Amino acid sequence: MDVILFLVFALFAVACAINVVVQRHPITSAISLIGVMASLAVLYLLLGAEFIAAAQVIVYAGAIMVLFVFVIMLLNAGAELRSGRSLMAQALGVPLLAALLGIVAFFVQRLFPRETTTHFGGFTGGGAKEVGRALFTTYLLPFEATSILILIAIVGAIVLAHKELD
Amino acid sequence: MPMQLWLIPILPLAGFLVNGLFGRRFSKGIVNAIAIGSVALSFAWVVKTLLGLDLDHAYTERYFTWIQSGAFQVNCEFTVDKLTAVMLLVVTGVGSLIHVYSLGYMAHEGGYYRFFAYLNLFMFFMLTLVLAANYLVLFVGWEGVGLCSYLLIGFYFDKKVATDAGNKAFIVNRIGDFGFSLAVFYIVKHFGTLDFKTVFEQAAGKPEGMLTIVGLLLMVGACGKSAQLPLYVWLPDAMAGPTPVSALIHAATMVTAGVYMTARSWPILIHAPAAMDAIAVIGIATAFFAATIGLAQNDIKKVFAYSTVSQLGYMFVGVGCGAFSAGIYHLMTHAFFKALLFLGAGSVIHALSGEQDMRQMGGLRKKVPWTFLTMMCAAVAIAGIPPFAGFFSKDAILLAAHAHSPWIYWVGTITAGMTAFYVFRAMFLTFFGEYRGNAQPHESSPVMLVPLAVLALLSIGGGFLFRIPEFLGSVFPPREVPEDGVLMAISTLAGVAGIAIAWLMYVAKPGMADAFAGGVKGLYTLVYNKYFVDEIYDAAVVGPLVNGSREVLSKGVDAGMIDGAANGVGARAQDIGGILRRLQSGDIRSYATWVLLGSVVAIVAIDLAGGIR
Amino acid sequence: MASVPISWFLTLSAVLFALGVAGFLFRRNIITVFMSIELMLNAVNLSFVTFAYQFKKVDGHLLALFVMVVAAAEAAVGLAIILTVFKRRPSLDIDDVNSMKN
Repeated sequence: MDVILFLVFALFAVACAINVVVQRHPITSAISLIGVMASLAVLYLLLGAEFIAAAQVIVYAGAIMVLFVFVIMLLNAGAELRSGRSLMAQALGVPLLAALLGIVAFFVQRLFPRETTTHFGGFTGGGAKEVGRALFTTYLLPFEATSILILIAIVGAIVLAHKELD
Repeated sequence: MPMQLWLIPILPLAGFLVNGLFGRRFSKGIVNAIAIGSVALSFAWVVKTLLGLDLDHAYTERYFTWIQSGAFQVNCEFTVDKLTAVMLLVVTGVGSLIHVYSLGYMAHEGGYYRFFAYLNLFMFFMLTLVLAANYLVLFVGWEGVGLCSYLLIGFYFDKKVATDAGNKAFIVNRIGDFGFSLAVFYIVKHFGTLDFKTVFEQAAGKPEGMLTIVGLLLMVGACGKSAQLPLYVWLPDAMAGPTPVSALIHAATMVTAGVYMTARSWPILIHAPAAMDAIAVIGIATAFFAATIGLAQNDIKKVFAYSTVSQLGYMFVGVGCGAFSAGIYHLMTHAFFKALLFLGAGSVIHALSGEQDMRQMGGLRKKVPWTFLTMMCAAVAIAGIPPFAGFFSKDAILLAAHAHSPWIYWVGTITAGMTAFYVFRAMFLTFFGEYRGNAQPHESSPVMLVPLAVLALLSIGGGFLFRIPEFLGSVFPPREVPEDGVLMAISTLAGVAGIAIAWLMYVAKPGMADAFAGGVKGLYTLVYNKYFVDEIYDAAVVGPLVNGSREVLSKGVDAGMIDGAANGVGARAQDIGGILRRLQSGDIRSYATWVLLGSVVAIVAIDLAGGIR
Repeated sequence: MASVPISWFLTLSAVLFALGVAGFLFRRNIITVFMSIELMLNAVNLSFVTFAYQFKKVDGHLLALFVMVVAAAEAAVGLAIILTVFKRRPSLDIDDVNSMKN
């Protein structure tokens, strides 16, 4: 059961990711990205990360991607005309990517042999209670810092976009 | 009890400092008082010192340790013996007379105080040279007089002729000084000390080859300073300086430093016969060579300049033939009559308001009678006519030369004839016949005439008043030279013959000289142009040096290699920067690619190194 | 029931990350590039959660949470910048943002 679930949603995630990269029109890419996030949320559930899964859907898919779509509509972004390439990216990009992927996969296989497995319910410490406790004790400082970070982001966004009205 | 020898040179030095620093504000009277006073006081102190010393023993005063390096030590020491006494008297005595003369001669010249300051400085260095008790202090004086010579030759510094001459003098002297420096190094290496006393005591025990090398190197130095072949070329050009300078430095004192130095070094030379032969040969060659050039010159100062070179050659012959005291004797008498000749020439030039070409002179004996009389005394003395001073000293040298190598005697006699000829040619052209010029000749003032008179008396009587060979007999090794009446007669006759021929060609039959010159035109041109020696030097030595320096060193090495290296470094840095600049392409995607590359490399590196543990 | 090996999760994370890099390198539209960045961040989140499972600690979840927060802030500001850039030149082509070239 776990395996089937994993495979289905993993493949779906990969397909949507490929779609993000390949599609011409940004809006299609945005929708595909939402698909990726949704399937990732399911995978988080598989790993016992209930809170994170919920946060993923609410924050990422529900807020950030909406923001993206708003901006795409605002800018009236059309389909991309042609995909020109920078020489550097073209020459080195593909081999480097292949290298990256290959190396990481190789080491992952080596470090985590097939015997280490997961199954649904293997980890129960991912609920809101546990996350909340850790958030307000061990990670209190980063938590407060992120609140300031968000404040700065809001102010920055307003300032940057504000000039448009002049 | 100390005699305070240091006062002798320090008094003129004080004069230099005061006149040099403050002379601009002083009136002429004060400048005179300081300049002449310091030299006259120095002369007085010399006399006092000499009277108070027993000169059979050398008297040394030590002031301070100059160099102390391991076992090698050089002190600042002055020493006085009979040789020093002669030199001191000549330098300060003749120097004082010339200082007095300069009062009148330079009266209308600019830079009055500067002239006397330089003269005083020269006296300081010359006296240091003479009083030195070791080669290094002597070298200080040696270099110092070279410096003062440069300053004084180029005294009229707004004339290129003068500054060029000053440069030439200094540079040619440098070549000689290089030889002298090498000699000093050699002495230090093999004797371990530069002290005269010690070196001369050890000299007898050293191998002859080493002493010959020292002797030859010292001779090179002497050739530079005393204007012998091949380094004599600076002296005729030095006539661009004021005439008192020519008299003092280039007749009586500085040029004799070479003779003094070689005479002082006799314990080394005695054991190096090859060096002494070289000195004698160069001396006689120079004497002959310079005399031939003097035959054809028209500038009165140039005639006397070549005469000085020639007479210095005689002094070297004396030293080279072992007759050291004869050489010094001639040094002294030459100081008298040559200084007189120069000062007299200066008086004539002054009378004619600056004319130096003898072709523009003539018949002046009525217009400047005192000058004429005194110069005649000097002319007769230099021609070697007895009983004037020159006769005794020149004969002493020629007799010693005959005893050493007869051919030197014969060449020397011919040269004596030429000497008489050219000196009297100058005298006849200047003082006899009709006046050919355009100026208003007037006699000089007493301040210039009195020194002339004193020097004339010395030229006449100096020979038997100062019996130098006996006086210096205890300083130098004894040398038995047979008195040969025949040889003395022959050399005297040569002198008389020279005078007679000059009389014939310039007084009795005035056109004869030009006719004769026309007859031997090629030879005449050669001699008149000083055998083109300066041109040869220019082409062979100076030209290649300057061009080589300019092309190879200046352009090739300096601009090309050194500058090129420095600029090249900068240029390469720029090139590398240019290449690296392409990283900042403004293209975001290439930045990302670089990041990706870096991260892949990092991952590989970490994994190869065993992972993060 | 067979269980899913952990290495599969991590490999998926690597693949998603590589796809994100590919999008970043090869796409010209600014917004698409931005979305590729978000894709990369998601891949990393998956990694964190996987490791949290492996070590049975909740810290990985916290890290993923903070990544999300930062991504949100970054998205806000970044899009505002894109808007500003778009006002300058009405092009969403990333290669046109080249004032710093040379």
